[in-house]
Amino acid sequence: MVIPVAVVITFAFTAVFVVAAGADPFDAFYRFLVAPLTSPVTLLEVLVSATPILFTGAAVAIAFRAGYYNIGAEGQLLAGAIAAAGLGMVVGALPSLVALPIMVAGGAMAGAAWALLPALLRVRSGIDEVVTTLLLNPVALLLVNALLNGPWRDPETGFPESAPIAASAELPQLVARSRVHLGLVLALAIIAVAWFIITRTSAGLKLRAVGSSPRAAAFAGLDVNGTLLRAALVSGAIAGMAGVSEVAGIQDRLTGGLSAGAGYTGIVVATLGGLTMPGVAAAGLLLGDLRVGAGSAARALDIPSQVGEIVQATLLLVTIAALAIISRRRSTQAGR
Amino acid sequence: MIAFVFDILTATIRNATPLALGTIGETYAERSGVLNLGIEGTMYAGAFFGFATAFWTGSLELGLLAAVLVGLVAGGLMAFLTVTLGANQHVSGLGLTLLLIGVSEFGNRLAFGGGQSLRRIDPYPLVDPLELGGPFSQYALTYVTFLAFVPLAWWVLMRTRFGLAIRAVGEDPEAADAAGISVFRTRYAALMVGGVLMAVGGAFFTLAALGSFTLDIIAGRGWVVIALVIFGRWGIWRAVAGALLFSAVYSLQLRLRVTPGWQDVPFELLLALPYLVVIAALALSGRNVAYPGAYLKPYRRT
Repeated sequence: MVIPVAVVITFAFTAVFVVAAGADPFDAFYRFLVAPLTSPVTLLEVLVSATPILFTGAAVAIAFRAGYYNIGAEGQLLAGAIAAAGLGMVVGALPSLVALPIMVAGGAMAGAAWALLPALLRVRSGIDEVVTTLLLNPVALLLVNALLNGPWRDPETGFPESAPIAASAELPQLVARSRVHLGLVLALAIIAVAWFIITRTSAGLKLRAVGSSPRAAAFAGLDVNGTLLRAALVSGAIAGMAGVSEVAGIQDRLTGGLSAGAGYTGIVVATLGGLTMPGVAAAGLLLGDLRVGAGSAARALDIPSQVGEIVQATLLLVTIAALAIISRRRSTQAGR
Repeated sequence: MIAFVFDILTATIRNATPLALGTIGETYAERSGVLNLGIEGTMYAGAFFGFATAFWTGSLELGLLAAVLVGLVAGGLMAFLTVTLGANQHVSGLGLTLLLIGVSEFGNRLAFGGGQSLRRIDPYPLVDPLELGGPFSQYALTYVTFLAFVPLAWWVLMRTRFGLAIRAVGEDPEAADAAGISVFRTRYAALMVGGVLMAVGGAFFTLAALGSFTLDIIAGRGWVVIALVIFGRWGIWRAVAGALLFSAVYSLQLRLRVTPGWQDVPFELLLALPYLVVIAALALSGRNVAYPGAYLKPYRRT
């Protein structure tokens, strides 16, 4: 119920920007939200666009659920992308059935490794993970650029892109003549497994207990630090898989702009989804729709494509504002 | 060798200016109990709107004024979300950053057609009132920041009623409220004053140091400031010292890029060095530091 209301309020706010760019807001909003769903071609593009943010949304939601503020999905995604490109260039001799699991595992390990230092500093020394995970994002991007301007620069074209990965390392297409690839299935599978673990297992119960009250969890004898560390590493691993999915499913190589902010959008997805896995799936698809719609609306109406980012950020702020108002009203009623 | 040290010192002070302004702003916000992750976006929007206003009006002062307004609006919005509504501070701040970067880049496309043709303004010149040269040749804003804003920020925070109110609502809002201090008004004021300092820090890049606006102009410096405030343990002097330390490493790597023997090292890795130094500094000095008592906690009368 909150999200549809938030969408309407968001459009009221962001209409200002559409009008400023000289376009009709109703036409623009139709193109943002509805138009991508009206043709099979654009519908498939929505799934393509949703794939990385389903991964990062799940990654962020798992960490936030444990009370661990991993804002580093962007850097962890890039670490996974580096690993995928590095492995993809050398596994050419292997069949896909062997190469693809190596790619996914390698990317997950790289993402987890990028998440390890902030997690260790948090549980060992009590150093705020927000700032350390944030600071490692620009470092990951600089590492990508160093590779692309240096040892990995494409020897044939001279562009700052890596050489293509081997054909056997590419994630197969799911639908002919579209860009939808196996990464989508992997993302949904991860979300399903995460849903099962969080809601149906003792590990999930621990995660939720630590997230809602670390002090109570510690009194109950739960290993709070161990739970935080595991949540942080799993979160990093899933964000790393988003990088694998983009490299092996879309780009077929490492490029500088392959993330397109998917790590930060994961925070939007996780928040809109209420930190639940079904919510993440729904919010991922909604934002996939919005990303495709904003792109085509920008081209058709000749307005800056950044309108998509404005709508996305406004939707996030309106949603948390609405959630805060609702929770206040509830606690007021409970107090009476 | 002395020339080299002087060069590094000059660059260190200059590059520390926006960080010092941001650090003071974030310290005020956090001392009042609110983590403002909107800093990265506030600096970005201050840089863009300051530049755009100066470009269209031809007046650097109006550009600076635009940055001040951006800071007031950004701080006020953050306060509305976290103080009035009591929304999650992490997500509010990140959302604000995403929004302000989006709006700035949207405006940049609309006004200047994106990044293809780099528009320039005549930025503020270097001044050297004592005519000593070297490290004393700085922008006026740098002089004002270190000689006026930093001591003034410390004095206001530690020696005035307003500063006491900020510290009180950030430590124990119930007690402050009982003592007749308005928690809401104090936090709004701290966030808006803080926002102005952050936005002016961002405008330093476009109105003084560079004279132009480029995408990704802040490049994570807002996140660096968040770390410096923890490193400074919410004190003005220590945080500004941290800003100078970061800036020294940053300036050193800039210089190393053009130093014979270092040119084979990819410049991206040198550029990553300051971020890693900040993390290392936090790891060494930030063990279990005492956060402000009401940090991250919305206040509500019961």
